[in-house]
Amino acid sequence: MSGLASKTMGELRDLLSTGACSSREIVQSVADRIRAVDQEVNAYLEVDEEAGLAAADEADRKRAAGESGALLGIPVAVKDLLNVEGQSCRCASKLLEGYISPYDATCVAHVKAAGGIPFGRVNMDEFAMGASTEHSAFGVTKNPWNRDHVSGGSSGGSAAAVAADEAIVSLGSDTGGSVRQPASFCGCVGLKPGYGRVSRYGLTAFASSLDQVGVLSKTVADAADTLQVISGHDPKDTTSDPSAVPDFSAALSTDLKGMKIGIAEEFFGSGVRADVASRVRAAIDACVNLGAEPVPVSFPHLDYAVSVYYILAPAEASANLSRFDGIRYGNRVEAEDPVSLMKQTRDAGFGDEVKRRILLGTYVLSSGYYDAYYVKALKARALIKQDFDAVFTKCDVLMSPVAPTPAYRIGQGQEDPMALYLGDILTIPANLSGGCGLSVPCGFSEDGLPVGLQILGPALAEEHILRAGFAFEQSSTWSSHKPEVKGM
Amino acid sequence: MNESSPDLEHVDVSYVANLARLALTDRELEKFQGELDTVVAYIHKLDELDLEGVEPMSHPRPRENVLREDEPVPGPDRERMLENAPARVGDLVKVPQMMEDV
Repeated sequence: MSGLASKTMGELRDLLSTGACSSREIVQSVADRIRAVDQEVNAYLEVDEEAGLAAADEADRKRAAGESGALLGIPVAVKDLLNVEGQSCRCASKLLEGYISPYDATCVAHVKAAGGIPFGRVNMDEFAMGASTEHSAFGVTKNPWNRDHVSGGSSGGSAAAVAADEAIVSLGSDTGGSVRQPASFCGCVGLKPGYGRVSRYGLTAFASSLDQVGVLSKTVADAADTLQVISGHDPKDTTSDPSAVPDFSAALSTDLKGMKIGIAEEFFGSGVRADVASRVRAAIDACVNLGAEPVPVSFPHLDYAVSVYYILAPAEASANLSRFDGIRYGNRVEAEDPVSLMKQTRDAGFGDEVKRRILLGTYVLSSGYYDAYYVKALKARALIKQDFDAVFTKCDVLMSPVAPTPAYRIGQGQEDPMALYLGDILTIPANLSGGCGLSVPCGFSEDGLPVGLQILGPALAEEHILRAGFAFEQSSTWSSHKPEVKGM
Repeated sequence: MNESSPDLEHVDVSYVANLARLALTDRELEKFQGELDTVVAYIHKLDELDLEGVEPMSHPRPRENVLREDEPVPGPDRERMLENAPARVGDLVKVPQMMEDV
């Protein structure tokens, strides 16, 4: 039975604190569930059950000795690009096969310090490049609601594991929507904190000015509680924010009196499917019924977001991924000279999408094109940031769809990368501007797939988006729907 | 497409691949040629914008120096770092010869 694995983190913390269950029973339940259904979903790349159970026993001993911790005894699935000491960290790439992390990412160290158990490495698009998890070197992660459809990405394994009750909560990362979009596709909660809230130390860099560690969970309260644990200034990340971390769970309330919700029609424009738009508009109406005030706002430069992103993210990626050269770690293809070694190693190790983005990034940074593409994109980014800032002078949060469509069929769009890039348009602005965003389930499409409500806020205004998301979630029943994954 | 953009040409994929240290096969060169040309044509959408006088934004955080006390702190364990090396000699990473014999 999926018993304990199907519960929320909040429920399990209550059960643990009253002694109604042990951490060992929770980890065992999650491991059993993975064994039963993951052949169908393919959310996990690796699970070390023995180590997980040993850590659970240790957590149970600590609890018996009177110790406590926000995540004491709770297993947390980890996206394959976050370093956990002693575990593999392959970024779903053949290039990093055999790599064992010599250290913990700061967010992982926070999870451990709070008593949490990093349990299992979940699938992703290789080096987080992609929005479907089809670009993993280790097979696609399927959508728990319909296994012919993608789970989204790049944190598709993180989202599918939570949605299929193969995880209680998971860590992901969001560079252009990679936490929010898979959460929307799989029907779970996805939180992208504001840039600087969570240290990026130990997060394998994709695009450093856009990357942020995020949380995928069954409820908004679980996302808030997990964010509380992983947040905070880190001397090892000069871009982490030094200000005090607020009490996120204190911000959660069931009414939205006094909250202003911005609605920008640009976010419902062409490409947004009618059934998606109507679910999201119904969710906004529900928030208005909870006391919020709708405010029309505009975001005139939204149409340029994809162009800006697909210049800047590949540019930063081409620099960041130059470290994967076969010299110090990872798979190496031996050759006569170092340059041939690097070229052969990278050609053998990287998949098509990663190569595509490295080529694009190298091109836009190359001599003669730098001003025409890179600098121009930086200026257009400033205009998008201005739109973002202007919106939040008029409202507390902006509500929109997460993605223009629900999860598409596996294989659809493989031949046309540009069509898939356009699917990122609604999530990219938060990354370009450094803002925060949340995806909360708000219903189902005509073909029975989950639809997410996106709630955006300014940088480090997670309290607002969590409050709005929590109130909406409490007023609806969408989060309680579960996909049928029966397994073996 | 846009007359003000003379760069609307084919991406020289093999030149860029060399800069990016990627040894691409002929099949890959052909495949990426079409895909990159499509993406590059799309991103020229930015030419529609008047960006005169706009300050480029390279990062969401304020650009300022971040300093810490200049005190030694332990780093990751050297042996564990070296265990990830594809080839090593003692405490060194082994690579093919870089320079000609002198």
